Amino acid sequence: MPFIPHTPDDVREMLDAVGVNQIDDLFDEIPAELRSHGLPGIPPGLSEMEVIRLMQERAARDAIPLCFAGAGAYDHHIPAAVWQILSRGEFYSAYTPYQAEASQGTLQVIYEYQSMMTALTAMDTSNASLYDGASALAEAVLMAVRVGPMGRKSPSRSARGGRVLMPRTVHPIYRRVVETIVSAQGITLEELDYDRKGGHIDPESLPTAPGDFVALVIPQPNFFGVLEEVDALTNWAHAHGGRVIALVNPVSLALLKPPGEWGAQGADIACGEGQPLGAPLSSGGPYFGFMTCRRDLVRQLPGRIVGRTVDLEGKPGFTLTLQAREQHIRRSKATSNICTNQGLMMTAATIHLSLLGPTGLERVAAACHANTQTLADRLITLEGVKRLFERSVFHEAALRLPVPAGEVVRALAAQNLVAGYSLGRDYPELGESLLVCATEQRSPADIETYFGHLQRILSKRRIPSCPVVH
Amino acid sequence: MIEAFGEYRYTKTHEWVRREEDGSVTVGITAHAEELLGDMVYIQLPEVGQNLSAEEECGVVESVKAASDIYAPLAGEVVEVNLSLDVSPESINKDPYGEGWILRLRPTEPADFDALMNRAAYATLVAEEEH
Repeated sequence: MPFIPHTPDDVREMLDAVGVNQIDDLFDEIPAELRSHGLPGIPPGLSEMEVIRLMQERAARDAIPLCFAGAGAYDHHIPAAVWQILSRGEFYSAYTPYQAEASQGTLQVIYEYQSMMTALTAMDTSNASLYDGASALAEAVLMAVRVGPMGRKSPSRSARGGRVLMPRTVHPIYRRVVETIVSAQGITLEELDYDRKGGHIDPESLPTAPGDFVALVIPQPNFFGVLEEVDALTNWAHAHGGRVIALVNPVSLALLKPPGEWGAQGADIACGEGQPLGAPLSSGGPYFGFMTCRRDLVRQLPGRIVGRTVDLEGKPGFTLTLQAREQHIRRSKATSNICTNQGLMMTAATIHLSLLGPTGLERVAAACHANTQTLADRLITLEGVKRLFERSVFHEAALRLPVPAGEVVRALAAQNLVAGYSLGRDYPELGESLLVCATEQRSPADIETYFGHLQRILSKRRIPSCPVVH
Repeated sequence: MIEAFGEYRYTKTHEWVRREEDGSVTVGITAHAEELLGDMVYIQLPEVGQNLSAEEECGVVESVKAASDIYAPLAGEVVEVNLSLDVSPESINKDPYGEGWILRLRPTEPADFDALMNRAAYATLVAEEEH
C-alpha cells in the first residue's frame, strides 16, 4: 500500500472538524517546559544543498573508528545484499500487518523470522521481535511472573510480585532497565554474585534451600564474555521450582548449546539482543529484541505473533494470531503494552540469516572467538595486562590494566580506535579493567595496531610494579 | 436457548448459575455472552480448591476477537472445572448451558443463590443492553 501524506487542505479540514485551530493545540496538555521546540541545531531556511553540506561535515566528525568494544552491541559485517533488499519499498515502508489480506508479504517475513529464531534457540515458539535486548529481558521477567513457578497449572490472574534471581554477570544496563520496568509491580530482583576467578556464577555457591523464587536469569555468554555452567544452573533452578530465562547472544548460538537444550528440561524462555544479526551499530540503535519460549507458555508470550493457516478456500496464508493477549483487545490485562515489533531490524536479521545460513553463521562465530583469543593473547604480553578470568569466553575478554582504563580508552580514541568497555564503574571490585572484543571484522593488522598503540601508551606511564624507573 | 434442568440464575456479567442436587452450583456463560464474543479459542480456568469471593475474577474466555473475564457469581470454593474446554473451547458456543459449563462451586452461603437475578430479570437486562 503506498504512503499518501496529508495535504495542508486535508489538515485544515480535520482541524475544523474537531474544532481545533492548529495542530500544536492538540498537545497543550503537555507542560510547556517538556515540549520540544524544533531542531535547535539546524539554522532555519537552509537549501537542500546547504543541509547536505552541513550533514556531511558533521558525519565526518564521527569518523569510523576501529572498534574493539562489544558490551552488548557488536561490529559485524553485514552483507551488502541485506540493505539492498531491505530498502525495497515493500519492506522498508510496509504498514503494520493488521489486515492479513493486504500484508501477506510482511507476515511471511515475520513468520520466517520466527522460524529462524526458534531453530536458533531450540525453542518452540517465537514472537515477532521486541524493542531491544534489555526490554526483552524485562518482558521475559514479567512473563515468568505471569506464568508462575513450575508446577502451577494455570497462570495466576493476580500474579503479582515474586523473586527473580539476577546474576551480576548479566549486562549492567539490562539489569537497570529490568529494575525500572518491574520494580513498580512488586517484583524483587535478587542479585547473585559471581566467582572472582572464573567470572561466572558458580553452581556450587548456589543455596541448597533458596526458598520460593519465580525465575533464574542465565546469561550466555555473560557480560564478561565468559561461558556460564548453563546445564547445572538450569537444573538447579528447575529442581527448586523456578523458571529459567536464558539471555543469549544469537551469533554464539551457532557454536554453543542452545537454551532449549540446557539441563534436563531446557530453558523456559529465551531472549536477547538481535543487533548482531544485520543491524549496524548506528550509535546505539535501532536494534531489536528477540524472545522465544516453550509451547505451553505461548499464551503468555508478549508482542506480536504470526501464524500460518489456510483461508476459506484452503489456500495457505499468514496472519497475526493469538491477538487476544495483546493490548488492542485485552487492554489493561494484556500480556504487555507492546503490540508491535521492530519490523525493519527484524527483516534485516531475517535476510542476514538467510544469506549467511547456518554454516556462514558458524564461521562468523568461530572467527570472532579466534580473533578475540588472538587479541587477548597479544595484549597480555604487555607488562601489567592480565586476563581477569580463567574460564572460556565466547568473543569478549576482560583484561586487567596497569593504568586507569579511562586513560587508555581516551588515548586510543585519539588514535581513532575504540579500545573497549571500562568495567570499573559497574564492577568496582575489578579495578582498572577493560572488556575487549574482536569480531570477524578485526584483521591481524588491526590487532597489531591496537597492540602497538597500547604498548606506546603503557611505556609512557610509570608502572608502579615495574622495578625499572624510566 | 432453553436451559436443560435445574433452576437457573444469572449475573449482570452474563454468567449463568445452576444449583445442583448436592448443593454445589455450576457456572457458565450465557448464550447472549457467547454470541457476542464469537468463536471461543481458549478458556483459562480457575484452580480446583481455589477460594473465591463473590464477583472475583476467576478465569478468562478468549475468542478470536476478544478476551473476557469470568466472575464468580457467589463466594465459595472451586470443586470442579471443565477440563474438556482445554480441548474443545467451542463447546461454550455449541452448548453454553450444557457441555460448555465452566466451573462448579461449593457456595460459602447457599442462600446467596436465591439473591441472584432470575430468568425474567436477566432477559430484561439483555434487552436493555441491546439498546
